[in-house]
Amino acid sequence: MKNAEEIFELLKQEFGDSILSIDKDTPTEPIISVEPLKIHIVSKFLRDNPELQFDSLMCLSGVDDANGKKVKDAEGYDVIEGGTLSVYYHLYSTVLRHKITLKVSAPREDAKVESVENVWKCADWHEREAFDMVGIVFVNHPDLRRILMPYDWEENSFPLRKDFKVPEFYQGMKIPY
Amino acid sequence: MALKTETMVLNMGPQHPSTHGVLRLELELDGELIVNVKPHLGYLHRCFEKHAEAMQYNQVIPYTDRMDYLASMGNNFGYVLAVEKLLGIQVPERVEYIRVIMAELQRIASHCVALGTNGADIGALTPFLYLFRDREYILSIIEETCGARMLYNYMWVGGLSHDIHPNFVRRTKEFTSYFKNTIVELDNLLSYNKIFIERTANIGILPADTAINYGATGPMLRGSGVKFDLRKDDTYSIYNRFDFDIPVGKGLQGSVGDSWDRYYVRVREMEQSLRIIEQAIDQIPEGDVHSAIPKRIKPPKGTVYSRVENPRGELGYFIISDGNTNPFRVKVRAPSFVNLEILGELCKGHLVADVIAILGSIDIVLGEVDR
Amino acid sequence: MGLLDKEFSDGNIVVANVEDLLNWARLSSVWQLGFGLACCAIEMMATSASHYDFDRFGLIPRNTPRQADAIIISGTVTLKMAIRIKRLYEQIPDPKYIISMGSCANCGGPYWEHGYHVLKGVDRIIPVDVYVPGCPPRPEALLEGLLKLQEKIRNESLRKKQS
Repeated sequence: MKNAEEIFELLKQEFGDSILSIDKDTPTEPIISVEPLKIHIVSKFLRDNPELQFDSLMCLSGVDDANGKKVKDAEGYDVIEGGTLSVYYHLYSTVLRHKITLKVSAPREDAKVESVENVWKCADWHEREAFDMVGIVFVNHPDLRRILMPYDWEENSFPLRKDFKVPEFYQGMKIPY
Repeated sequence: MALKTETMVLNMGPQHPSTHGVLRLELELDGELIVNVKPHLGYLHRCFEKHAEAMQYNQVIPYTDRMDYLASMGNNFGYVLAVEKLLGIQVPERVEYIRVIMAELQRIASHCVALGTNGADIGALTPFLYLFRDREYILSIIEETCGARMLYNYMWVGGLSHDIHPNFVRRTKEFTSYFKNTIVELDNLLSYNKIFIERTANIGILPADTAINYGATGPMLRGSGVKFDLRKDDTYSIYNRFDFDIPVGKGLQGSVGDSWDRYYVRVREMEQSLRIIEQAIDQIPEGDVHSAIPKRIKPPKGTVYSRVENPRGELGYFIISDGNTNPFRVKVRAPSFVNLEILGELCKGHLVADVIAILGSIDIVLGEVDR
Repeated sequence: MGLLDKEFSDGNIVVANVEDLLNWARLSSVWQLGFGLACCAIEMMATSASHYDFDRFGLIPRNTPRQADAIIISGTVTLKMAIRIKRLYEQIPDPKYIISMGSCANCGGPYWEHGYHVLKGVDRIIPVDVYVPGCPPRPEALLEGLLKLQEKIRNESLRKKQS
């Protein structure tokens, strides 16, 4: 069983600059930040290395950090510009019984993160949901399309963003109360 | 000269008597053999995560009930443990014991529905009615305490909403001695029934390493022979004080990891839940269930991921707090959502009628899949 | 039924209004389309199980809309599902009845404020006959809803076409 600092040291030795930092002053669990386009090789290493053996991905969540600037757009609504969108990975090893949390952040306007679908198969639908709800594009995903919202929902409308505007009508049905 | 053939696409639409809710499956068939299965979700997407960002921490609890509506106590339990971990509060012993008893009673009630509908899909209508009769017994015990039959809103951050009714201990003891006969009845009617075995043995075999890679948890994983249960291996609350076994699938009627094994694991889990309830019900200490409930819930900035063993698998809550009274982000890792991905793999090479048997053994609840 | 008690003691001849007889026949065997969406569907299943049996009122679940008389919309109606519900409604032959069960089907329920994918009440797409409130309604409440529907059918007339 290893704790988060030891895993961070191992990863830093192997990958150097791709591993950005470790955030230790959280109340519950330390978080390791990784570069968005290198997460695939880092994940493969985490799964295959005999000292780590992270064979199960517990959860993959897309988050809108809302840390940009609030501006008013043409119709007077609040829109967030700049800032980042993040993805959090929670990994667990059934063999060695340790856990780790990883975080990647990508710029809001062009959020591209590498897909880890061929490392852990369960990331397939989780990544589709992160794309559907927050709008993060996963590079090399075999089938990235909407999963929970209807297939003909508006193109750039992502419900879990903080500046999401509820549309008035959908196929003739009034949405607001 | 070979004939040119085409595969046929059949739609098992959102309205179907045995898809356990509104699930759409697109089956690509070659005669009656299945070539590919594509599930389409989202017919019950009720925007839970958006509501969680707009409500205060304790106002989110009724919404968590409605996700997996057959195991509401488990949903409440997971959320409340996550927030208590962020706040760093410790609940009284009495609250811990009552929470464990309620969660195990709920596990039995949920398995009753799962096994009843699994049998009903295959054609056995009698166990369905018998198990629903026994589920009514459990619901009336819980209703006496907290007032609701199905969506309880019972576990609050730091405690419970009501203390247990004076009749609770006596009625639960009567229930545990009564339910043992039902399990024997179920075994006689369904488990070793020749028709049921023919329909479920060697159907939908899930090897252990595929199961772990796909993230399967709960009876799906244990049916494939992997002895992993969060109550023992990543223990939470006071489960480490009780003595119980973890049933795993051993391939008694076919191969390890087929649909019969998953069904069998659920039946034996009900017995183990009865063991836990019998041990816990005698040890409930005195105390006040409202003493640790905070007046205002304003956790420090940070993230937490906490998981519990729900009847369907591992339910995880990932909560990000930014110091306000509303959560910043709540992500729910629903067990049925992850277990449903495997359906495509399991159905390849089987016949159309086997899809129903496999779907029944995966045991999904659409409220959880779509949130 | 007062009429029938009286007449049978006299010699097996029943004299009744054609409208009453037809309405009595129709209300005693309302066949529903088995359609459960969410949590209310479990309460509907519990109502049809042996504790609160609703087969004694003549309600049998049928699997296809072509053979059904009524549909009990139990659970939240989302936008994706609403299009399919409209299609199912159009496939049920006349005369048909709709029971809207639960808070979500009546008016959007707990999801009325921030639900961007929830239809706030099924009566925005199909006409409803009986509303059963509750979240979820108790089985007894659903049975009362059914009795109210039977009242409504009892008072129908052959001359006026029901909408």
